[in-house]
Parts: sequence; C-alpha cells; structure tokens
Amino acid sequence: MNSQSATAPAQGAEAMIKMAGVEKWYGEFKALTDINLSVRQGEKIVLCGPSGSGKSTLIRCINHLEPYQKGEIRVGGTVLSDDSRIIDAIRREVGMVFQHFNLFPHLTVLENCMLAPMRSLRASKAQAEATARRLLGRVKIAEQAEKYPAQLSGGQQQRVAIARALCMQPKVMLFDEPTSALDPEMVKEVLDTMTGLAEEGMTMICVTHEMGFARQVADRVIFMASGAIVEEAPPAEFFTKPRHERTRQFLGEILRKH
Amino acid sequence: MNYKLDFTPVLDGLPSLLTACLGTLFLSLCGMALAIVIGIGGVVLRDSRIKQLRWLVMAFVELIRNTPFLVQIYFIYFALPLLGVRLDPTPTAIIALGINGGAYAIEIIRGGVQSISKGQIEAGLALGLHKAQVFRLIVLRPALRAIFPSLTSQFVLLTLTTSVASAISAYELTSVAQRIESDSFRSFEVYGTVTLFYLVISWLMMRFFGLISGRYFSYPVK
Ligand SMILES: Nc1ncnc2c1ncn2[C@@H]1O[C@H](COP(=O)(O)OP(=O)(O)OP(=O)(O)O)[C@@H](O)[C@H]1O
Ligand SMILES: [Mg+2]
Repeated sequence: MNSQSATAPAQGAEAMIKMAGVEKWYGEFKALTDINLSVRQGEKIVLCGPSGSGKSTLIRCINHLEPYQKGEIRVGGTVLSDDSRIIDAIRREVGMVFQHFNLFPHLTVLENCMLAPMRSLRASKAQAEATARRLLGRVKIAEQAEKYPAQLSGGQQQRVAIARALCMQPKVMLFDEPTSALDPEMVKEVLDTMTGLAEEGMTMICVTHEMGFARQVADRVIFMASGAIVEEAPPAEFFTKPRHERTRQFLGEILRKH
Repeated sequence: MNYKLDFTPVLDGLPSLLTACLGTLFLSLCGMALAIVIGIGGVVLRDSRIKQLRWLVMAFVELIRNTPFLVQIYFIYFALPLLGVRLDPTPTAIIALGINGGAYAIEIIRGGVQSISKGQIEAGLALGLHKAQVFRLIVLRPALRAIFPSLTSQFVLLTLTTSVASAISAYELTSVAQRIESDSFRSFEVYGTVTLFYLVISWLMMRFFGLISGRYFSYPVK
C-alpha cells in the first residue's frame, strides 16, 4: 500500500477532471474515440499529436464548447451535462486560452479582464478591477492596462488572455496551442508565464508542440492520433522510450522541426 | 427664359419652413431609433433557435423590402383604423419609417454580426457568459462598427424618405413646402429652397453619425 502511494502520490484525491469513455462525432465523422483521462488537482498535462488528431476537440469538450455524445466528463466532481446551469458553473471554474488570443477588441486590457468577473461572478467593479490589476501584474503587463488589444504585440496579447482567464479564479486552465500563432521571439514570454502558473500549482491541460515546455513542466505527456489517446507517460519516459511506433514517428518529425 | 424669380413667398414662409425642418429631423430620429431596435431585435430573432421566429423575421424582411414605402405608409395609416388603432399622421409616419428602416437594418446588422469571428464568441462563453451576454457585450459593438458606414447611408436614406410622409400630411418639410407652393405657385423657388434644406439635413445626419462613430467605434484595430 505504502510503496504504491509513493509512486502515485495523489491517487486517493478526487480527480479534478475525469473523462470516461468519451466519444464525439461531428456529424458522421468520429472525432474522439473512447477517451479516458483523469487529471489530479495540480497536475500538468501536455497534449500533443498530429494535426486533426482531436486535441482541440478533447479540451473543448471539457468546457462544453463542443458537446459530446457518449461517456462522461466530470469537472471537480460535477458531471457535465447539457443543462445550461451546469455548463455555466463549469465554465466559471475552467479557464481557456486560445491560439488566436480572442481578446475583445472594443475593450481595454483592463476591461477585458473585468468583464466576466463582473457579469458572470457578479463581482463589484472595484473588486474586479483590483483582481484584474493584480493578475495583469502577475503576467507582467500591468502598465498596459489602459491600452486596447490591437496596440499590443502578440505575446502581450496572449499574456493578457491568460490574465483574463485567471481573473475568474479558475481551478483548471486549458491551453489550446497558446504559442503557435506567435512570432518566435514572443514564444518564451508566454511559456514563462505558463511555467510560473504551473509552479504555483495550477491544474493545466496544454495542447502544445513546445517540447521543451513539456519536458520542464508536464507531469504527463499524452499523445493522440486519429481521435484516440495512443500513449501517455511522464516526459522523461515519453521522450526517451516511446512505446508506440506512431509516437516515435511523431517525435521524430516534431524534434526535427525545432 | 421669361420666368422671373420671386422669392417673396419663400421668404415669408421661411419661419414655417425652418420649423418644418425640425419636424423632419424629429421623424428621422424617432424612425431611426425604432429602426435600430427592430434591426437588432430582428437579428436576434433571425438566428434564434425557434424556426417559426426565424421564418417570421425573414418574411417580414422580404415583405418590407419588396413593397413601396408609400404603400406601406398608406397601409398603416388606413388599415390600422380598421383594426381599431387610430394614430395621428406623425406617429404613423414614425412607425412606418421605423418598420421600413428596421427591415433594411436587420440585413445590414446581420452582416456585421456574421463578420465577428467564432473565437470571440467562444472566448465569451468560455468565461462563463451566457449567449445573450456574449451578444450584447462582445458581439454587438464590433458588429455595428463593421457595418456602420452602410447603416449611415441607410439612415440618411431614411431621413430623405420622411418626405413621403407628406402623403399622409405628417408634419415635416415637404408637406409644409407643398402648402406654400400651392398658395403661391412659386414651384421652382420653393422646391429649390427645400432641396437645399434637405442637403443640409443629410449633411447634419452624416455629421451626427460621424460623431457617434468617433465616440463608440474609434477603438484601434489591427
Ligand atoms: N466543427 C467541425 N465540424 C466538422 N469536423 C470538425 C470540426 N472541428 C474539427 N473537426 C474535425 O475533427 C478532427 C479533429 O479536429 P481538432 O481540431 O480537434 O484537431 P487538432 O488535433 O486540434 O488539430 P490541429 O493541430 O490542427 O489544431 C479533424 O479531422 C477536424 O477536421
Ligand atoms: Mg487544434
């Protein structure tokens, strides 16, 4: 018993996210096949795989941006259903960062960060502003608070997007290729922000092909292909001893590129 | 060319022509306000989940855009009393202008809404906002910005269309002009002056929309 809990420290704790037998179709096309995934509180997962393998679809099911047809998803013990109150409750606890930032162009950086806390959590203006300024400071962009998104660089915009999601005080953060729309010189500032967040104990699922980040931050790397989870392992094992041919092939391609 | 210009009747009628301009502005602004409400409401219903509502909006747009405004205003003026609703010419004109402008506004604003990327909507939903909040707080302003030049032209057109309300003797510039003209027979002078007035009113409207645009839609975009 003891030795077992030493190798799997938080096994007893309730999973933060639990996907069981999840299947998803886009019409006739099956995008996810029998997804089983359990993420403990504080765990960092990196999700990778070739284009079209279903990575985005998987994380978008967690906050119900995509409905799924079979299986069960639990977030913090709540079973995700089509009930809009449940969906809203889960979305308040799950932050998401997108490839293309999706900041609201008509609102300043500060207003971007205050909107949802005020409208969704019913925070007071003063409260929302204090939280927003604190988190903008944390992503090192406090001095840009009064600017509009179009006046920022891509890296700055993505850091604002991270701060905006954090303003909801989420329990989980989902990242969908947060650095792949960025110029190379801006990738680091965003990855550093994410690494900082990971060090503070945030539960994270990151779709990314930044393998350096995966090595340094991930507790587990998951490889997907054709809508299914093919392989999952801690990064040391994943990168040195991949078990499946498709994983080896994928790693070969991705590491050659970088 | 034996015609002798005589502006005396116009000059005598100038005070009533100028106040009639206020009538025209009043009809225009009220008509626009109604049109914008119908336009935005129509867009929401046009893409609602309820099929019957979608059809209703589409039928409304088709009906209004494919029939003459003069007939619409007559219909409202003469048909509503049969249903027991009796309205004065001015409120009738405002309703007709609002309905007519609203039908065009639905199509224009809908184009703006469709130009907003899905990512914007998803970002709002992912932050826990409801669909209605996403529309109101995230989609609407950038959508209106995208189509504001078209909306401005449509509303300048609405302003000029107020002259058709003279057919039911609503209080506005053209009907006052008609009265002065029929009393004096100085058609050229009267309608020449009124043409100039309409030009100024259109120009004022464009300025007005320019100010709104500067106030609400001047945020920078890439
Ligand atoms: N809205 C949709 N309608 C139909 N098919 C879709 C839709 N969204 C995604 N798909 C399909 O589902 C599959 C998985 O897509 P998904 O976006 O999850 O892949 P991904 O792993 O995130 O790829 P990428 O690395 O290119 O982002 C793809 O084959 C894609 O074409
Ligand atoms: Mg993707």
